[in-house]
Amino acid sequence: MLVVSEGAEFVPPIVNPTATIGCREPSAAAVGDYIALMKPRVMSLVVFTAFVGMMMAPGHLHPVIGFTALLCISVAAGAAGALNMWYDADIDAVMTRTAARPIPQGRIAPGEALGFGATIAAFSIAVLGLLVSWLAAALLAFTIFFYVVVYTIWLKRRTPQNIVIGGAAGALPPVIGWLAASGGVSLEPCLLFLIVFFWTPPHFWALSLTRTEEYARAGVPMLPVVAGADETRRQILLYSIVLALLGAAPWLLGSRSTLYGTIALAAGAIMIALALQLRREREKQPAHRAAMRLFGFSILYLFVLFAALLIDAAVYMQAAARP
Amino acid sequence: MEREPDRIVLTDEQQRRRRARSIAIALALGALVILFYVVTLVKGPAVLNRPL
Repeated sequence: MLVVSEGAEFVPPIVNPTATIGCREPSAAAVGDYIALMKPRVMSLVVFTAFVGMMMAPGHLHPVIGFTALLCISVAAGAAGALNMWYDADIDAVMTRTAARPIPQGRIAPGEALGFGATIAAFSIAVLGLLVSWLAAALLAFTIFFYVVVYTIWLKRRTPQNIVIGGAAGALPPVIGWLAASGGVSLEPCLLFLIVFFWTPPHFWALSLTRTEEYARAGVPMLPVVAGADETRRQILLYSIVLALLGAAPWLLGSRSTLYGTIALAAGAIMIALALQLRREREKQPAHRAAMRLFGFSILYLFVLFAALLIDAAVYMQAAARP
Repeated sequence: MEREPDRIVLTDEQQRRRRARSIAIALALGALVILFYVVTLVKGPAVLNRPL
């Protein structure tokens, strides 16, 4: 058994979530419970990054087809969220942040969540393939598979690199958006992928620093649980530096404007400054505040960066449309 | 003595929620039909051309 930092014990989970499939009682689920099952806040981030990828892509996409692609991507994200909640119901039940979710609360049976997630996943992939592009649909299917099977079922309970590798699933939507619009992939969507990929670890590790004991109790080997808070702070700083460089890369490579470059450099500098501040703080309360500050800013960072890319793409499109 | 019914009897709240779920499924399927119709109008005959 691994002994973790900060006095908490790392105990592997003993509950087999698949053993609770099925429902004998009539369903008490409200429509709102199914919406909660789809993780609407995660969906909004996925839709936004996919939309930016779609707008940046070369070529013209009819608004109705673009809307269809975004709808499928958002429903697929919801499906992945529902399947994640189905498998992780035992973990969710022992963590304060997730204990109010529909399955731990008993409002939705695990079997219902599994059926719901699998059904809307199949629909989203089929509709994207039939109405937009089968290549984009294949990547969407891979994204759901990666999030549910590779991240949730395989890695999450086994390695502190869970969210590093699993972050690939959250980084693919802008590539899917680009693929749906242009039919191919180039360097720029790969950069969008890398930005979200390197953004994920500092974002989640900052949060997990404030909930180390909960993760330990749930048996999830997050980095602070296994390697300790100091190592986590060091890794957050390293990832933040790489992230800041990647954020500025579209400008450094000459495909985006100076305005974008300035915004990306400024936001990246703030991200690194907050990571440095987090690395310095050792007292419990200031360290907690520094971690939450970095967590909060990381959300703003991704939004600002992608909004700047969107504005840049819109300005470029307007300039290209002028005679 | 009154016999226990040999089937599950839903409470009023369960019936209300089941009705809400049924309406939500109907709306989702209706929206899907409209989506396919509109995309067919937008794409025309090319709707059958599904490139990779």
